[in-house]
This record gives sequence, structure tokens and C-alpha cells, in this order.
Amino acid sequence: MPRLESCTWSCSCAARGRHKTQPGDAATKAGEMLSSGSPSQVSAGHGARSPGGAGSTLNWSRHLVQRSVVLFVVGAFMALVLNLLQVQRNVTLFPEEVIATLFSSAWWVPPCCGTAAAVVGLLYPCIDSHLGEPHKFKREWASVMRCIAVFVGINHASAKLDFANNVQLSLTLAALSLGLWWTFDRSRSGLGLGITIAFVATLITQFLVYNGVYQYTSPDFLYIRSWLPCIFFSGGVTVGNIGRQLAMGIPEKPHND
Amino acid sequence: MTLTEKLRERISRAFYSHGLLCASYPIPIILFTGLCILACCYPLLKLPLPGTGPVEYSTPVKDYFPPSPDPVSQQGDLGERPDWYVGAPVAYIQQIFVKATVSPWQKNFLAVDVFRSPLSRVFQLVEEIRNHALRDSSGVKSLEEVCLQVTDLLPGLKKLRNLLPEHGCLLLSPGNFWQNDRERFNADPDIIKTIHQHEPKTLQTSATLKDLLFGLPGKYSGVNLYNRKRVVSYTVTLGLQRYDSRFLSSLRSRLKLLHPSPNCTLREENIVHVHFKEEIGIAELIPLVTTYIILFAYIYFSTRKIDMVKSKWGLALAAVVTVLSSLLMSVGLCTLFGLTPTLNGGEIFPYLVVVIGLENVLVLTKSVVSTPVDLEVKLRIAQGLSNESWSIMKNMATELGIILIGYFTLVPAIQEFCLFAVVGLVSDFFLQMFFFTTVLSIDIRRMELADLNKRLPAEACLPPAKAVSRSQRYERQPALRPATPHTITLQPSSFRNLRLPKRLRVIYFFARTRLAQRLIMAGTVIWIGILVYTDPAGLRTYLTSQLLENQTQQREQKSGLDSLSRLQANQHSWAQGPEGKGNGQTELGTEAEVTWGAEDEEIWRKLSFRHWPSLFSYYNITLAKRYISILPAIPVTLYLNPQEALEVRHPQEANRYHPFLASSGAKLGAAAQPDQASPKLQGHRDVTLYKVAALGLASGIILVLLLFCLYKVFCPKNYGQNGLAHSRRKRGDLPCDDYGYSPPETEIVPLVLRGHLMDIECLASDGMLLVSCCLVGQIRVWDAQTGDCLTVIPKPRLRRDSSGVFDYQESWDHSPDGKNGLDDSFESSHQLKRMLGPPQPPLFCDQPDLTSLIDTNFSEQVKVPESETRLRAVGGRQKEAGYDFSSLVGKVYEEHSTSNCISFTGLPAPHGQPGSRSLGCGNEEGGCSSRRRSLGDESFTAFDKSSPLPSWGGDLESSVWSLDLQGNLIVAGRSNGKLEVWDAIEGTLRSSNEEGQSGITALVFLNNRIVAARLNGSLDFFSLETHTSFNHLQFRGAPSRSSIPSSPVFSSSDIIMCQLTHTVSCAHQKPITALKAAAGRLVTGSQDHTLRVFRLEDSCCLFTLQGHSGAITAVYMDQTMVLASGGQDGAICLWDVLTGSKVSHMYAHRGDVTSLTCTASCVISSGLDDVISIWDRSSGIKLYSIQQEMGCGASLGVISDNLLVTGGQGCVSFWDIGYGDLLQTVYLGKSNESQPARQILVLENAAIVCNFGSELSLVYVPSVLEKLD
Repeated sequence: MPRLESCTWSCSCAARGRHKTQPGDAATKAGEMLSSGSPSQVSAGHGARSPGGAGSTLNWSRHLVQRSVVLFVVGAFMALVLNLLQVQRNVTLFPEEVIATLFSSAWWVPPCCGTAAAVVGLLYPCIDSHLGEPHKFKREWASVMRCIAVFVGINHASAKLDFANNVQLSLTLAALSLGLWWTFDRSRSGLGLGITIAFVATLITQFLVYNGVYQYTSPDFLYIRSWLPCIFFSGGVTVGNIGRQLAMGIPEKPHND
Repeated sequence: MTLTEKLRERISRAFYSHGLLCASYPIPIILFTGLCILACCYPLLKLPLPGTGPVEYSTPVKDYFPPSPDPVSQQGDLGERPDWYVGAPVAYIQQIFVKATVSPWQKNFLAVDVFRSPLSRVFQLVEEIRNHALRDSSGVKSLEEVCLQVTDLLPGLKKLRNLLPEHGCLLLSPGNFWQNDRERFNADPDIIKTIHQHEPKTLQTSATLKDLLFGLPGKYSGVNLYNRKRVVSYTVTLGLQRYDSRFLSSLRSRLKLLHPSPNCTLREENIVHVHFKEEIGIAELIPLVTTYIILFAYIYFSTRKIDMVKSKWGLALAAVVTVLSSLLMSVGLCTLFGLTPTLNGGEIFPYLVVVIGLENVLVLTKSVVSTPVDLEVKLRIAQGLSNESWSIMKNMATELGIILIGYFTLVPAIQEFCLFAVVGLVSDFFLQMFFFTTVLSIDIRRMELADLNKRLPAEACLPPAKAVSRSQRYERQPALRPATPHTITLQPSSFRNLRLPKRLRVIYFFARTRLAQRLIMAGTVIWIGILVYTDPAGLRTYLTSQLLENQTQQREQKSGLDSLSRLQANQHSWAQGPEGKGNGQTELGTEAEVTWGAEDEEIWRKLSFRHWPSLFSYYNITLAKRYISILPAIPVTLYLNPQEALEVRHPQEANRYHPFLASSGAKLGAAAQPDQASPKLQGHRDVTLYKVAALGLASGIILVLLLFCLYKVFCPKNYGQNGLAHSRRKRGDLPCDDYGYSPPETEIVPLVLRGHLMDIECLASDGMLLVSCCLVGQIRVWDAQTGDCLTVIPKPRLRRDSSGVFDYQESWDHSPDGKNGLDDSFESSHQLKRMLGPPQPPLFCDQPDLTSLIDTNFSEQVKVPESETRLRAVGGRQKEAGYDFSSLVGKVYEEHSTSNCISFTGLPAPHGQPGSRSLGCGNEEGGCSSRRRSLGDESFTAFDKSSPLPSWGGDLESSVWSLDLQGNLIVAGRSNGKLEVWDAIEGTLRSSNEEGQSGITALVFLNNRIVAARLNGSLDFFSLETHTSFNHLQFRGAPSRSSIPSSPVFSSSDIIMCQLTHTVSCAHQKPITALKAAAGRLVTGSQDHTLRVFRLEDSCCLFTLQGHSGAITAVYMDQTMVLASGGQDGAICLWDVLTGSKVSHMYAHRGDVTSLTCTASCVISSGLDDVISIWDRSSGIKLYSIQQEMGCGASLGVISDNLLVTGGQGCVSFWDIGYGDLLQTVYLGKSNESQPARQILVLENAAIVCNFGSELSLVYVPSVLEKLD
């Protein structure tokens, strides 16, 4: 039962949350993207901004694919890690078994989370550009890393800390999530998208649980845990952060150099 | 002014003054901060080290009852009780500790008898325990009811299935090895093998099966063949589910009754509860590792932004230190005020770092480095601080606010986290302000110093600006000339980065720091220490015995005579050894007595702390975060009589084992004291030791061989010998690329200048132009940047019909630029020459090119032969340009002029006809000479008058011995003593002077002054003047940053006069061989073993320097007035030109010193022995030397203080002077492989010209060019 709960939890979290860049992974990938063929990347970046360029369409789509691959990997990895974090409470002395459980019972969770991460990560910069208010706040990789760390911290807290009751837990997590948004995002679009994501993801989870795909050990809000939306929200913000950084990182890089 | 603004201003002012303070007293402030950190971290010493070791808690056996599961209802001594001590333990462990011995021991017993019969008793004992039942009023209570019932073993442990109990009581004893079956035991021929068959082969980290079943560490069991004490120990371990004191006490009393242990003093008062912490599994590690990776990525991305500072790494380190020590301080401070951290430090640490963040540090750095650079360091720091003060304070307040909100979540863990974070934030702010700011100020100061060093020489040497008054037709771009060659600043590190492959740099780093040797040494010392400590006969045994002795003594005092008597009895039993031997074969051995000492107390403590967790883990019971209670052991002593021992003996054993101690019995007997006997008895065990030693030795040898191979692979030649050894740079006849790597092909491409027909003898350059002169006297002017041939002197159109040489030359010049297809054109030109050349006397067919060398002015020949003989002796070996030429010419003279002169005169005159000369040129010259005459300030010598061709004839008849170039003027000194001034661009003769008749061996052309040194030892000072006045002298390169006064540019329309101002007729007794001018001084070196120093302005001789015992061959002088000279005696002298004193004298070479140059710190010399030596300039100590290839010894040049260029066979090599490392070798084309680079000229734009026969190669060093720009 705990396993089921954790799987659901991580699945949903990952689905929404996606992010969690394994720093090494995301960084290297991003680094590759940044460094590899910078001229084409630059043009890709410009193409993105002014979609008029005919020749840049190809580059732009390639760029898009690269970004989504990075986001997918990040999301899948985060799902695995956060799942582990949840499973951990019941860890016995035999890690092989845990690993086996992890990979056998919910093999579809990481891919789902990865896909969700890719979608959300691409959605954020897209909405930014449609609204015409490019995100300028703290646009650097150090800040993104910090954001990811805080997100993992929130997950950590929800998994490891003993709260007096569920209301307290949910409230704390909600405050933390809002703090995360305020510290690293501060954009209206980010907030709106985050809330939408949290809502939709909770609904999907609810649906899954209702249909018996998953079950929680101790559901306190209909069939699920009440803090789930908070995790989804912070996950969405984090993945959005990564997605924005990836989207802007490439055109920006040559200037840095 | 609003309140905010006021506050803002106040904060900014406070930060400003704080910045000033930090930058003014960096060292005291850093010390103060360090002390603060240490003081705050002091309480941390009290904290237990984090770890997963078990925690113990003891309670008395009497009145023991299991703690209640509810922590709240616990009464009484809560303070002492650990918080894990709630609820029932996983299991109670009851051990029955058995010591058994065969007594009396008989001499003919085998070694196996020591443990076979004692072990055989375990079955009986286990049976007794198993069948024990407590009968009382409430009925019968058997062991089955209280013991811990275990189920299946884990599926992965199939091989242990028969050995560990399943589906029943957890009862472990050595009997499990034989499935608790006595018959199996009796049938087992080799007990030891059975016991050890499940031992892991590799390193033993956790509990082994033997430990588990014996219940005590293997070495205490006494089950081995060399058990001296002949006492076997083992335990029967019983796992109990419930604590039933009555059952246990009945078991205890029954066992004591059956097997009394009369002298047992084991205490039985306490139950020890052992709590095991959570094990860290892979599942837990992954998230932890992930958070740490995120943390490092964060730190990396943050510190990457640090820029514009002297040491990025240093500042990044300081930033990380700031954050880490602020965390430590926060934990320390919290501990000081009584808050013990309960959170898992390793888990929350990354989050704390992320919350505290590196942002402030980065903001500070950025703000400081963006302040104006020209400000004082102090002010920069203060300004940077105050600029960011408001944002720093605001951020800090925000963060504190957020954290305070977190504090009100009322979740204990979050509250604790927030508390740490708040204290950490404050201490981080403190450290930023005091520690990091100070470090930053030091760094900025270092950077400024470095900048200053870089900039100072150039700026200080900046000459007063001179205006360009008139545009010049042939004005060239002014060359940026550094003051002296060695002020070309070149970052040593960056250059090394550029050139040296990483692999080599790593190796050099290892070599410099002797890292490997030191590590190996330290490792060896530690290893030896460990060996000494763990050696059976070594330190540890000694220490343990000492300790035991002390303990025994203490106990003696405590328990009085009781134990004393026991000890005596013990000794007595040993003392019986000799007596027993004395009894001979009476079959009556020694009586053994089993003793119970302090070391037997709580024997389970000697087990691995993983013992119990691994035991329970076999049954899938985790002990993580739970505890077990260990009950006091029940001692059981078994005495077996020899009969029993003999009965259980297995038939095969008697054959296999020799009688116990049969051989060493005598020794044992001889030893009066058993303590002394013990080391000898351990001889058996030493066999293992020897094996280990042999194995270690073998692996050591293999390691050494491996390292040697690695060394061979990595360091082909030049590493490993002493860094300063003479032979370090042995190059011998090896090709240049034997140094391990070949440079990228595209990096340096030499530019080949082709066009000369014969070997090039003289070279001169002023950075923009390059002038070369070959044996036939043809002078070519090249653009040093592009390699284009600008001018050919004499002009190709001045051709004489009679001379084949000029035909050939012309055809040559028509080929496009002479740069392409040398070989083809060379071939064709030869054919051309043969076809077009007029029939010549057969005498000259073999040496056609020498025609122009032959001087028919026999009047001059009279003087030459004097020096000729001397020259010949030196000539073959002379490498210096001008001199080499003279010697070569000397040879030619000797061979041809004397023998062939008669036949030669009969031939048609090979001189060119003036008629074919261009009119313009002729007019010009004519005008010039007529002016000279009209001015009447020159008297024509008889030679000049007698010469039928005053100007042109001369340069064809004689060869050029020395060249110099300045501005657009070329000065050429000829073998017939004639001095000519040519226009480099137009190729016209501007002036000539024929006053001297002795060949000009060396020339110096400085500003408008020309100094010519002659073969006869005289020195002529000329000055160049335009015919009107000095206002025609144009100074080019007005904004040049060079310290040399800019050279004048003579416009081609001016008429230039070369006027002899002064002659020192007898400067030297013998020919002058070396001439250098610098810093207003002129130095001449001569074959008469002396040097003379003249003042340039008035030609006044200041000093005559004596100190060499041979002819002077090389002279170097630079702006610092330091003069270096080298002679044929192989010695180098350093002189102070200001005082004329000899600074140092060193014997440098076997044979002549052929060339000599200096950098700011060292003197570089080369000799006829083909060795280039680098000397310390101040101390005169040889730093190292480089073995050159044959014949390339003299070719060297210094590009900067760090870069040396040497020539080789068809290549030039770049060396780092400071380290003696070969940086790069550049090949100069394949066709030249056999040609040695005879001469290297360093241009001021750092290109190098090497003299390769008839070709020149321009090699640019790109990095140097960049630096210059």
C-alpha cells in the first residue's frame, strides 16, 4: 500500500513536477546545446524570436527537439529520484529489492513524468512570448539550480517530516510552493500556468486513483493526499524555470562570451 | 527625504567606511575572522561524529522489565533514558559462553585434540538447553515458548540453509556446522575445513558465518592448530522473544550446576540494549547524491560568474569557504546555546547552502570589479560595497523574513531548520563583510600589481612625443618597438598554456612538486607503521599485554589475594612445563585450568557492529532504528579428560597432524618463562607472514615496473633526471620531433624567402624591413611582414653582357616573386645560365659564382694576407655572420687570388660597364660625388682615384662583409673598406665613403651615426647628414613607445652625405671581431683579447677591458649597461659598463663562445661545442644547458624574457627559458632538412629569420604578435 501511494505520488508529482534536473545531466546537456554549433543555435534563437526567417525554421525545430529531450530526461530522472524519496520510508536492508520494486511496479511513471516535463517546459517560454512579456527575472543557471534544489527540498520535507496533521502539512507545503514561485519566478503567467497545472494534474491523479490504477495509503482529500497540488504547483514552476532558461540560454550565450 | 532614503544613505555610508577598513587592514581582519570561526566552531567538538554505529544503554538485570511502548508514560529517569528506548526490543540475546579444555594434556596429543573434543561437547550442551523447561506452579514452560521463532531464510541465502536454523528457535552454536548432529561431527575428517568453508575469500567486513555460529570473534575461539593455551571458547547464542526472568534464571542455575565455573568473576548485573541506526541503502543514497549534485551545479554556475579578478579559483574557494564556515558557525552557536541538532546533518546541509546562497558574494565581487579601475584599491572596495549595500540589506531582510515565517509553521523539524538557517544567514553576512571583502581587496590589489608590472616598463620608457612634420613618400607604418627585446611582455602562463599539451603540463607539475615520490613515501611510512602495529610479534601485542598487565594489577589491588593466587596458579601451571618434560613419557601431562578474566566480559562487544544486524537480516528482520537487548552471558566451563579426547579423534587426523608441539616442546621446556617462549611458538604463524611479505614484495616490484613503463611512455627523454642537469636536453643527432609530440601543422607556418643565388652571409633588420646579402654581393630587401622582396641591389637591369651571373639573376627575378617553385626555377635557371652564359675559361666552370668575389684590386691584397692566416685558423669554425663571411672570403682569396691572379688578369674584365647603368641613378651619384668634391671635405684616397669605376665597380669587385639597416637606409660595409649607404626602397646608392681601405668587419648604424670596425683594428665614426641641414631629418614613428630614439627617415629627395667624423686609428691591435652599441656606448671586441668601450657622442674611449685569454668572439650589451663578452677561450665575462669592472667570469664552453645574448634574468651563450647554456645573470651560475645539433650551435635568439629560439637541422625550436622546456619545433620545409639553421635573427615583431643557405625563413610567433598589439 505504501508503495502504491508513493508511486502515485511520485507519478503525479513528476508528471507535474517534471523537473528536477539532475544537475549534471541538465547542465551537460544544456552545455552541449549551448556550445555545439553555436552559430546555428544563435540563428535558431533569433528565428524563434522573429518567426519570419524561412531558413531558420529547420534550426528552430531542431532546437525545439533538443530542448524537449533535455526536459524529458530531466523529468524522468526527477520522477525516479522523488519516487525513491517516497519509497525510502519503507526501505529495508535489501536495496536490490527496492530497486526491483521501483522499476517493476511503475515503469510507466518516469516516461509519463518526462513527457509532462517536456510539455510544461516548452509551454512556459511559449506563453511568455505570446503574452509578450519575456521573463527577465533572475535568468541564470545558478538561479535555476537553486530553484531545483528548493523543489527537491520541498519534496524531501513532504516525504520525511512528521507533521502533526494533514492540514498543517498541506498549509506548510502551500506556503513553501508560493515562496518558491516568489523567489524564482514572480511572473503572472508563471503563477497562472502553475495553478492550472496543479489543478489539471490533481484531476488526472484523482481520475487514476478513482479508476483503481493507484491507491493511497491514507487519502485525506477525496481519494488522494491533499498536499498533492502544492507539489504539482512547485514542480510546474521549476520545470518552467528550466524550460525558460533552455529557451533563452542559446541566444544569450554568444553575448556572454 | 523619506525615511527609506535616509536609511539607504546611512547604510551606504556605513558600508563605505567598512570597505575602507577592510581594504586597509586585510591581514588583521582575516586573522580576526579566522579566530571568530574557530571560536564558534569550538562547541562542535562536543558533538558526536555522525555515523551509523550502534548506541548502547545499560539497565540492571534486577527488576528489569521491558519499556512501555508509549514514550509519554515513561516515568522516572527520563533524562538518562535514550529516546529510542521504548517498546520491546526486537530480541533478547542470551549467550552461553563456553570455555573448554582438555586436562591433563598429554605430550603425545595432536593439535586437533585441542578443539575436537571440546567442540564435540557442544551437541550435548545444545541438547540440554533445548530441552530445558521451567516447571513451576503455572505449569511447564519450555524454551520453545520464550525463544524467538524464525521463519525462512531469505531466498538469496540458499547455501546457508543447512547451517542456520529455520522454522524454529533462533539458536546458534558451532554445532550448526554439522547440523547439530554428533554423528556428522564424528565423521568429519577435517573440522577446520568445515568451519572455514564459508569464510569469504576477500576482505572481511561484516560478520562471517564462523563469527555468527561461534558467537565471538574467530581469533578468540581457539579453534586453530596453534592454540598455545589449549582453551577453546565458543558460545551458544539464543534469541529470545520475551523476557522471562524466571525461566532464564533457572536455565542459568542449571547450566552452572552442570558445568561449574568456580573461578568465574563475570559480572551479571546489566542488560545492554543496543540501538542500531538506520542503514543507508542505495535507495536512500540516490536522492542524497542528487541533492549534492544539484548543490555542486549551483556552486559551479555561481562561481563561474566571478570574473575580472586575479584568481578566479581563489575567489571561488573563498566564496565556498564563506558559506561553509557560516554553516559550521551556525551549528556551533546553536550547540553553544543548548540546541543539539537532531536533524540528519548530511541531508539538510545542501538545502541550507542553497538557502544561504552565494548570491551576495557574487554581487559584491561584481560591484567591486565594476568600479573605475584607476581608483585606489581601498576606494574601489569601499565604493563597490556601498553601491550594493542597499540591495544586500534588502535581500537579507527578505530572507530572514521568509525564514521567520517558516519558523511559525510549528513543525519541529522545520523550526530547527529555520533556526539553523537564521543563524547561518547572520554568520554568513558577518563572514561576507569581514572575510570575503578582505579577500577580495587582496585579490584586487594583486591584480593591480600585476597590471602595473605589465604596464610599467613600456610607459616609463615612452619617449617624448615627436610630431610628424611632413608626409613622406616612403613613410612606413611605424613599428611598435619595445625598449629592448626582452620587454616584449609575454604571459608566461598563457604562453605555456598555448604551447604545452595538457599531458605534459600535468607531468611537469608532478615533476616539479615531486608529488608521486612524496605520496609513495608517505604511503610507505604509513604502511610500515601499520605493519609494525599489526604484526603479531609487534607493537600491538606489546601494547595489549601492557594494558592487560595494568588491568590485572589493578584488579589485583581490588580483589586482593583471590586473583593473585589464580595468577600464581596460572604461572604455576606453565611452570609445570619443564617438570612435565622431566617426567619423560609418563603420559601424565600438565593440568590445565580455564580462567575467566576481564577480557571475557561481554565478549560480544568484540564482534563487528554489523554482527547482529546481519544475523537478523538473514531472516528479513531489520534492526534499523530498533534495538536488541543483550543479556549477561552464562559462563560454562568444560574440562575433558584425555580419554575423551582420544575417543573422539578421527582416524585420519592421527596421520595428518604431528603431535602437538613435539618439535617445539624442547624449546618450550627450555624457556623458563612462558612469556618469553611465546614469540618462538609463533614461528608457525610467521609462515603466513612470510607469504604475505613475499606477495607484497612481488606486487611492489610489479608496481614499480608498471610505473617505470608509464614513465617511459609519458616522458620519452626529458623528465626524470635532475632538472638542471647538463645532459638534460641531450638531443644528439635525433630529429627534432623526438620530444613526444609534434605541433599542429597550422600553428606556425614558416614563410620562405627565396631569391638569393648563393649562401646568405649578412642579415640585418629593423623590424619592418629585412636586408640580406649573399656571397655574390647581391643585397635584397624584404618586407618583414609579408615576405615580399621589395628591392634588389644591384638592380637587375644593371646587367653586364660579359657576366653570366647577371643573366641568370635576371631570369631569376622574372619568376614571380621568387616564392613559388624554387626547385623548378632553379633548375631552369641553371639551364638558362648554361645556355645563355658566354663561354668561360674552363678554370671557372667548377666555381662560376666566385667570379664576383675575386678582387682584382691588388693594392688591397697587400693588407689582407696579414690577417688571413689568423682568420683561416678560426674561419672554419666561426659562425658569426660578418666574421664568418670574412673568413670565407679569406679562403677564397687564398685559394684563388694568389694562384690564379696571373691567368685571371688575362681574361676580359668581368666588371660591369658603367654604360648600361640607368641615367637617373648615375646622375644622382654623379651629383653626389661632385658635391662631395665641391664641398671639399673629403680627400680621395689614391685607391679611389686609381679605381676606374668609382662607385659601381667597387661593389661588384668586393663583397659585403657587414650590413645594417635603419629607416629606409641600408649601410653596407665591404671587404675593400668601402662604406655604402643605399636606399632600401628605391635600391639606389645614396652615399658612399671610401676613405678606409681595410675591410669593414662590423657596422653599427644608430640614429644618424655609423660606426665601422675594420680589419686593421681601426674604428671609424661616420655621421649621415643631408646636404642642407638637420631639419630634413624626419623622425618616424612619433607615437612609438620605444625608448630608442626614433630613427630618422631620410627622404629620397634629400642628398645624404656620409661624413667621417672621427677615426680611432688604433682602437685594437688586431682585427675587430665584435661591435655592439647600446645606451650611448659602443663596445668593440677584438682578436687582441681586449674589449674597449667608447662613448658614442665623442668617440672617446672610456675603458679597455681585459680579462679574456683569447680573441673576443661575441659581445652583448643592452640598455642596462651590462656587457657580456665571450671569447675563444670559452669564457664569458660580465662587465659593468658604467664602472668598467668585471662582474663575473665563467667558463662556459669547450671552444669558442660563438654567440651571446641576455634576458633580464639570464645570459644565454652558445659555443663551438654545440651546447647552449643558460646562466643566471646575477650570480653567474649555470641554470641548465641544451645540447644542439652539429653545426647549429650558434643560432639562437631571444624573443622575450621567456622564449628562446634555437636552430636545428631544418627546423627551429622554441624553448621556455625559465623552465628549459621545449615548447615547439617548427620545420622549415622538407627540402631543407639537411640544412642547418646557421643564423637566427629576432625581429622586433618577433618573427625569426633563419639563414638556410640561399633561403630565408620567416617564422612568426603568433602569440607574441598578439601581445604586442
